[in-house]
Amino acid sequence: MEILNEIKFTMPSLSVNEGAARAVVSSFLIQADPTVEELSDIRTAVSEAVTNAVVHGYRHKKGNIELTVRLLPERVIYIRVKDKGCGIEDVEQAMEPLFTTAPEEERSGLGFSVMQSFMDRLKVKSTPDKGTTVIMRKRLSAHGD
Amino acid sequence: MKIDIKSENGTAIATLSGEIDHHNAKELRAELDRFIVSAQPRQLAIDFGGITFMDSSGIGLIMGRSKLMKECGGALEVRNPQPYIRRVLKLSGIERIVKIR
Repeated sequence: MEILNEIKFTMPSLSVNEGAARAVVSSFLIQADPTVEELSDIRTAVSEAVTNAVVHGYRHKKGNIELTVRLLPERVIYIRVKDKGCGIEDVEQAMEPLFTTAPEEERSGLGFSVMQSFMDRLKVKSTPDKGTTVIMRKRLSAHGD
Repeated sequence: MKIDIKSENGTAIATLSGEIDHHNAKELRAELDRFIVSAQPRQLAIDFGGITFMDSSGIGLIMGRSKLMKECGGALEVRNPQPYIRRVLKLSGIERIVKIR
């Protein structure tokens, strides 16, 4: 797939970087001129994916989170959030609405539901003790729509 | 992230501004809980009018405060969420347990 533009950056799994990730994604997306709603959707999905990596992936040890944002043909935005944390034993169960392994942190268990609802496509690949990769895509509406 | 709490006719109003994510929800949670436990208001309204971003961490924040208010014999409501935040609230189904105005 042809990549029109891309940014890739790595950040330590500090919760303050959830906001930093949203800010970087917003800046990158300006060139694609998304609607306010589309930008909110993507920012929220990125926030959920990065938070999952901070709260769950690196629950027991700190590590790095790699965020890749690509602008693809036909106004498709590709987002990849990758961690090398503890991984997910049962991805299907983790994606069930309201399922959470961190109730003490008041995690609502809605992270994947938000990603699914606000993006067009969501793919989660995970291996226990190796890490998790979340890939999301969203096609922006055509200019003038 | 800013929080301002005042009381009017038995209802406490907590006005929030800024962004709610997992990082800053912790501070909000601590401040709201301190207020609920010490002031024991019968009604607490959280005003979301100044919130410019919220992910599912905001849902956890509302659910947790609603539970604490019930335990203290009171009730929680959410006021003035912007359209985008309403979508996150709707997705969670939280309007079944917390009044949203």
